[in-house]
Amino acid sequence: MTVLIERVRNALGPELAGPFAAFVAVMIVFGFAAPNFFSRATFGSVAFQLPELGLLTLAMLLPILTGGLNLAITFTANMAGLTLAWVLQSQGGVDAGVGAFMLGSVLAIAVGALSGLIMGLVIAYTKAHPILVSLSMMIFLRGLGEFLTRGGDVSGIPGFLAPIGYGSIIGIPVPLLIFIACVLIWHVLLTRMKLGFNTYMIGSNIEATRYSGINTRKVQVLVYTLSGAMCAVAGIIMLARFNSVRVGHGESYLLITVLACFLGGVNPFGGFGRVIPVFVALVVLQLLSSGLNLMGASQHLATAVWGILMITVMILRWLAGRLKFLTTNRG
Amino acid sequence: MRRFVRSHATELALLAVIAVICVFLSFATDRFFTLGNAFDLLNTSSVNIIFAVGLLVVLIAGGIDISFAVAASVVQYLTATVLGWVGGGNWIVGFIIAGALGVALGCINAFLIHGFRIISIVATISTFNIFFGLLMFFTGGVSIYNLPDWLTTRVVLFEREMADGTWAEITLPVLIMAICVFATWALITRTTTGRQLYAFGDNPEGARRFGINIGAMQFIAFGWLGLMAGIAGLVQAHYAQEVVPNALYGRELDVLAAVVLGGARLGGGKGSVLGCILGVLLVSITQNGLNLMGVSPFAFKMIVGAIILAAITLSNTSIERLLPFLKSRRVPS
Repeated sequence: MTVLIERVRNALGPELAGPFAAFVAVMIVFGFAAPNFFSRATFGSVAFQLPELGLLTLAMLLPILTGGLNLAITFTANMAGLTLAWVLQSQGGVDAGVGAFMLGSVLAIAVGALSGLIMGLVIAYTKAHPILVSLSMMIFLRGLGEFLTRGGDVSGIPGFLAPIGYGSIIGIPVPLLIFIACVLIWHVLLTRMKLGFNTYMIGSNIEATRYSGINTRKVQVLVYTLSGAMCAVAGIIMLARFNSVRVGHGESYLLITVLACFLGGVNPFGGFGRVIPVFVALVVLQLLSSGLNLMGASQHLATAVWGILMITVMILRWLAGRLKFLTTNRG
Repeated sequence: MRRFVRSHATELALLAVIAVICVFLSFATDRFFTLGNAFDLLNTSSVNIIFAVGLLVVLIAGGIDISFAVAASVVQYLTATVLGWVGGGNWIVGFIIAGALGVALGCINAFLIHGFRIISIVATISTFNIFFGLLMFFTGGVSIYNLPDWLTTRVVLFEREMADGTWAEITLPVLIMAICVFATWALITRTTTGRQLYAFGDNPEGARRFGINIGAMQFIAFGWLGLMAGIAGLVQAHYAQEVVPNALYGRELDVLAAVVLGGARLGGGKGSVLGCILGVLLVSITQNGLNLMGVSPFAFKMIVGAIILAAITLSNTSIERLLPFLKSRRVPS
């Protein structure tokens, strides 16, 4: 039995154990509590709701791995969505062509990357705390967005964008496909590329990394730029799903993305954490939300339960640490 | 004198910036440099300053708290409900209830952080979601307008008719704010506990070896913020004359930015009450000035955000540190 557990742990990696256990627990609890939980509708709604939160979580993940935080993610996504919407509007609104969409998407990602770039430069070169830099960037972007839209929403999106928000290919929703693609990109980036390795190094010990000859400033700037670009992808998906952009949309996701990262076993001080466990943690959160919804509870209750889940995981982790401490002491 | 300048660099820099902005605004607008406007500024910033001094204590102790504004909403709602049950009450009862509830919520955070060694940002983000989720779930987002009379009546402590016929008033929130500020100042600079908080924030392990009770430090810091949040919640209900469950949602990040602007350091061990107040005032003076200059309210946040970004960038970097980078960029050698 212990060998089996050990083998599963080795296959999944130590970080995956927690989220995977939570996943199994959620499946069992709701399987009994909500009779129609195992239905197409449940997993369908999860599949459509997951990408938005998921893409923003990916954007949050990289800065956290370096020991920072990016509080500007939702408003960066809003700004990118606005950019795309304006390009589409200037090209005829509902009648805009695919070319306009391509151009708009490139500009949207450029806008997202630019906001990340500015944050990265400030953080890397002035050593200001990432929480503060991204916080002031968040306030700035929210203000900018509200100033430009006067608090209203921008709509008039051509019809061919709808499949990006609602369509599905062989039964898998398009937004989910985009999200999975982004998960894979992040996975490859973090496990196979030099930038990923350096990201972990910086999160573990930035000074030691700098002394070992790695240009830590460049890595930090790149990490925040990539984070901003990923926000832009989220912004584009949000635009397609809601058929309009509004500054402040998705604001409530901000702290939940942090929660999802920590639930996925990412070390709050940086240096440790993988993409796949975070993905599983996100699925758990959405299943929890859908399950509660099936049982007639509100979205707000789901938010509270997400918080309680987080605390529970942290307490379990503390307990596990204590037990390990005890056993090693005895042996 | 030189020691004072060196040890209070942030505060002096903030004062200078505020002075420059004030001089500029006095010339740019005719309403800014009046007693009435100054008092308005104080009245409107009171709640934020109460929050800010509370948060300052947590930051000094090396923690961070995201949940306090939502905790204040919970306190508001519960206090209004309890006051309804007991049939009225008065200011003293109100403060006792709100303060006790605030401390209780703060202690939940401290318990999670100290008891299970959860780092403060994770714990408070979790409690943020729990508090807000449960509040919205149980209230259904319904506001309370039916508050006791004593809570909604404006209390004017000082008033004076100006030459142009308008009234300059100082209201109750300013007095409460002054008491909270003084109490916090006394706590962190005039008591042993205060010195221990600084020591704990600067180096928790060192403080522990010195014999400082680190559990007590967490409970004092988060309990104090809870107390301030509770009081601020009640004052906000008085000021707005209603209790709206999500009115304070999002306030935490604005307050955090203002406090850090005032020289408190994420990571602990640094920060002063004066700097903290100046940080809040800088933000509200800027907003007030923009308002008087007729700038669209939609632009406020953009400009405030840009100012905070610039201030943080500049305060974290000295010219010497920035120069080598500029040189190497401009003159590739």
